[in-house]
Amino acid sequence: MPDMVTLPYSAPSGKPQQRQFNPYSENGGTILAISGADFSVIAGDTRQSEGYSIQTRYAPKVFRLTDNAVLAVNGFAADGNMFVKQVRQRLEWYRHAHAKDMPLRAIARLIQTMLYARRFFPYYVYNILGGIEEDGSGAVYSFDPVGSYERESCRAAGAAQSLVQPFLDNQIYFKNQVALPGRPHPQHLPLTTVIELVIDSFTSATERHIEVGDGLEMFIVLAKGSPLHGLENFDGVQEMTVTNDGERIFVLRRNLKRD
Amino acid sequence: MSIMEYNGGSVIAMVGKDCVAIASDLRLGNQALGISSNFQKIFPVTDRIYLGLPGLATDVTTLRETFRYRVNMYTIKEEREIEPETFAHLVSSTLYERRFGPYFIEPVMAGLSRSATGGFKPFIAATDLIGCLNFAKDFVVAGTASSKLYGVAEGLWEPDLDPEQLFETISQTMLNAVDRDAYSGWGVVVHVIEKDKVTTRTLKGRMD
Amino acid sequence: MAAAAVYSNPGFDFSNLTRNNFLAEKGIPLPKATSTGTTIVGCIFEDGIILGADTRATEGPIVADKNCEKIHYITESIRCCGAGTAADTEFVTNLISSNMELHGLTHGRKPRVVTAMTMLKQYLFRYQGHVGAALVLGGVDSTGPNLFTIAPHGSTDKLPYVTMGSGSLAAMAVFESYWRPNMSRADALQLVKDAISAGIFNDLGSGSNVDACIITANHTEMLRNVEMPNERVQKERSYVFRKGTTAWKKEDIKKLVLSEEVTPISGEAMDTD
Repeated sequence: MPDMVTLPYSAPSGKPQQRQFNPYSENGGTILAISGADFSVIAGDTRQSEGYSIQTRYAPKVFRLTDNAVLAVNGFAADGNMFVKQVRQRLEWYRHAHAKDMPLRAIARLIQTMLYARRFFPYYVYNILGGIEEDGSGAVYSFDPVGSYERESCRAAGAAQSLVQPFLDNQIYFKNQVALPGRPHPQHLPLTTVIELVIDSFTSATERHIEVGDGLEMFIVLAKGSPLHGLENFDGVQEMTVTNDGERIFVLRRNLKRD
Repeated sequence: MSIMEYNGGSVIAMVGKDCVAIASDLRLGNQALGISSNFQKIFPVTDRIYLGLPGLATDVTTLRETFRYRVNMYTIKEEREIEPETFAHLVSSTLYERRFGPYFIEPVMAGLSRSATGGFKPFIAATDLIGCLNFAKDFVVAGTASSKLYGVAEGLWEPDLDPEQLFETISQTMLNAVDRDAYSGWGVVVHVIEKDKVTTRTLKGRMD
Repeated sequence: MAAAAVYSNPGFDFSNLTRNNFLAEKGIPLPKATSTGTTIVGCIFEDGIILGADTRATEGPIVADKNCEKIHYITESIRCCGAGTAADTEFVTNLISSNMELHGLTHGRKPRVVTAMTMLKQYLFRYQGHVGAALVLGGVDSTGPNLFTIAPHGSTDKLPYVTMGSGSLAAMAVFESYWRPNMSRADALQLVKDAISAGIFNDLGSGSNVDACIITANHTEMLRNVEMPNERVQKERSYVFRKGTTAWKKEDIKKLVLSEEVTPISGEAMDTD
């Protein structure tokens, strides 16, 4: 919990005293996003913890912003929730002003300016934005707490970033793997493969990191007019799309170990 | 910066079907500055036991000699080769002796132990810097890239890999983990121990 | 030491301290030894003692061992659960186990639980908490069932039900709610399982499986992994690589001798008379 610290110094009255307030804490958990040719998958575990205690087994870290954008936030949960709230408010103002949803790359730039606005009292969160660009391609943007960002096709962040990212380097980018002659590695992976890799990443992280577990919540964004790519074969897929004939959003949940 | 990151380096060992593998990087650094790309951290103890010593380089050298001496004394006194289980306890006791002034090393061992029927059984173990033993059935890791190694190994490892598959799995685990670690890398060496041969390969990987 | 160290001296070796303190003075923090966040418990029931432990060992937030053993052997009818610095719990229980064996041999009768407790507390007190072992010691001897906790500085408690480690509050909540005097063996085992499970699921430092040990006057039953509620599920994909996936520069194959057969070459045997 954010704590108040009185430094062990007893000043005679009239002399200055020092007080310190640490407004931040860390709430564990991990987030992850992978983009494909015409889809994007954004996932996070649902455990929220502090120290050795679990605060809740279900605290969403991944949020639908629009029908083509999903934001995952990880770090200090209170900051994360407020940040998502404010991003959503800015997106609503945009909708009222322009009668359309903000494009993904514009949301990415908006998040940068919102984060950098707090350069000297930052939101203590790592953001990963996933969705579909205006050209119909799947995209992932990752941010640091003060707004430095880049577009990538795969990113893990949070407590188990160091466990998951090198695994993804190997399985998504085929790093350190020699291709067979005449059979180069694919640029984009099929959706079913990506979903399977995300599930395995989280079950692995749950095994070896104490702050990861309880539940996995995964959002899948499909480009306009894209087929389901085998998504219908996964148990318990739920559609979250609001608008018609645009991008479609689905949510997929899995249990993770609770120890 | 902790002393464990002073010279850098990582080691991993994995169990396969009737075989074990142990791999390490080849970097020796002075904090962020790379000094050598041929610094061996894995040493043969007997024909079928290999020992990896990631940590402070000066202690790598010291402990390597200490263990060579103690294993030789054991062999002479017992008139037989040391078994991996026994060796693991030797390592553990040697480190715990210095509980209040430790060597900055987290040893990793891999070997084949002789079973009662005369066959060979895969064996891996690791200890922390004061000698707490960890006998795992799948894999053990240590060094500056340990959290990365845990993540990748947990994803890639499967039971009952044959020697060739085990080589690929341990190599991919090591390469991808050290590529995300600033203090490990600069080449990787892998040993696959089988009952009738030990295959040592130096891998081709990123050198940055 | 004058002669070459064929046998090492008993006790700790402090000769690296000067160097390590020098390193620490240069602003390089010394790494911490692996500590085990743990749930360990013990409780008295109608005809003995039940000890319980989880099986997770951690290095900071990383799980180092998913199935380690925290119930250590002291004598046939005395066992000890360990929390705290993993190496210390291992070595301190081993040492006291050896001394208990010798104690039994010199006095020609079974040593008591209080003896082990006294040896442990005096050892831990001597090291002023630097040997970081927090223990739950239990067993049955000529005086009946005995249960103690021993804190790292050497203080001890004697209680009918005890918990220690980072999951001690979760486990104690279960004991405080459901423990009764003179419980049956089955009820007490279930209570211990529930207490450890509370630690496993509610304390991040504890996890994986439940180990238990039932000690009665003439039998000790070690129940390794009595409950395994945290087995990993089948992975979605197989990650076996095609042969040749990894590029390598150099290969060296060392052939090993598997078995040797001695064949005499000429017929005449050596004259050994």
